[in-house]
Amino acid sequence: MSNVPDKLKYAKSHEWVRVEGDTATVGITDHAQHELTDVVFVELPKAGRSVGAGEACAVVESVKTASDIYSPVSGVVTELNPGVVSNPALANTDPYGAGWFYKIKLTNPAETSSLLTAAQYKSQIGG
Amino acid sequence: MLKRTPLFDVHVRSGGRMVEFGGWEMPVQYTSIVDEHLAVRKAAGIFDIAHMGEVMVSGEAAADFLNHSLTNDIRKLFIGLGQYTLMCNERGGVVDDLYAYRLGENEYLLIINASRIDADVEWLNQLWNAFPAREKVTLRNVSDTTGAVAIQGPAVSTFINSCFTGKSTGGLHVECANDLKKNEIGQFDFNGDLVWVSRTGYTGEDGFEVVAENGLLTAIWDKVCESGKASGLVPAGLGARDTLRTEVCYPLYGHELDENTTPIEAGVGSFVALDKGDFVGKTTLASQKAGGVTRKCVAFKMTDKSPPPRPQYTIWKAGDTSAPIGTVVSGTQSPSLSLGIGMGYVPATDAKPGTPLEIEIRGRRFPAVTVGKPIYRK
Repeated sequence: MSNVPDKLKYAKSHEWVRVEGDTATVGITDHAQHELTDVVFVELPKAGRSVGAGEACAVVESVKTASDIYSPVSGVVTELNPGVVSNPALANTDPYGAGWFYKIKLTNPAETSSLLTAAQYKSQIGG
Repeated sequence: MLKRTPLFDVHVRSGGRMVEFGGWEMPVQYTSIVDEHLAVRKAAGIFDIAHMGEVMVSGEAAADFLNHSLTNDIRKLFIGLGQYTLMCNERGGVVDDLYAYRLGENEYLLIINASRIDADVEWLNQLWNAFPAREKVTLRNVSDTTGAVAIQGPAVSTFINSCFTGKSTGGLHVECANDLKKNEIGQFDFNGDLVWVSRTGYTGEDGFEVVAENGLLTAIWDKVCESGKASGLVPAGLGARDTLRTEVCYPLYGHELDENTTPIEAGVGSFVALDKGDFVGKTTLASQKAGGVTRKCVAFKMTDKSPPPRPQYTIWKAGDTSAPIGTVVSGTQSPSLSLGIGMGYVPATDAKPGTPLEIEIRGRRFPAVTVGKPIYRK
């Protein structure tokens, strides 16, 4: 059974969001890392890039395939996680902690209210 | 509607993630491609290969027919020996790559690719129709009633005799299954039924393949899992099968091989016997062996941190921006080497090991270098 922390928000496309003031941290869910298995490469957006909600802005590669990661919220990327770039397996072993992807300054904080709650995401993944 | 092997329920109960492969619903992995891959390199794994096809060729003129239809020399096979070989069209393009075993005096078993069963059988029937001694050759496509599993890895020799017991009763005469040497095949008892066991595989490891009636496969699978468990055997899916064969540069039909590619271009010319008399495709293959080819299948490694190379990615010559020189046909992250590896077609002039290349991945170019085959060696 996948871990879905209650305090986070979720996108249908399997990213999680932790909102703190006008900044959010983004990563992929435990369910997503389990589906991908064996993450071997993570490509993140450059700091300073403006991304829109739903825009493909990162790529996660497993042994078998490359998968796009969609930004759950609109904003400007402020910080990348160098840890997950140098050790992509962190996305598997600690998806909500050391395996986070990027931080983003929200340009439309109201969007976060349309993200899924933990309960809604759990029901989406059948958990 | 996707086809399922007799082991479908076993895969589901073992947690297999089922995907489409060549018209079949097959397990790509059970736990993780990397874990399954490393288990096969270090201990043992069992693979469902029941989707692959089997054709029996028998009769007084069977050897002549096969020597006319296939590229390798079938006369080199004693009873109980198999060989890797290819079936070509008149242009020397590959219809399929396969294993041919001599089971008896005039009895041969062909193991063909799942995705090519229809094309192969149609081509073999065409060749049979035009073959003068066709009345002395019988072709039987037994793919629908026959299946196979592959048991691969360095630990397999320690438990294979407990799965398939006693002396062989057909094929090569040996005291026990583990007495078979590379490419040899014998018929053994399995709970009172007879199955074929060969010392072959597609992983670069020691191992065996077992060909049996469909109805026996689940019992064989369970017995092998039980016997191999203490040695670290795990079920392994098509994902690990692909990474294992890519590391040792075994070609996969539809990637390295197709009807517009010859065995010489693909680098498997040593399985083309020009000295055995006439055979389908010989004219082109002989001229390529003598005069060389314009493009070749090379193996390469990524030299810096990069995303894994994938099939269809563009290959550039390092530092040359004028035009791409080729295309990746197989590519992955090597679980044994922890770096990106692959194979691709490039001009023969750029095929020498050590040639710097660049692989284009999502619009950026990453450095790579051609290497000798196999990419991974123990």
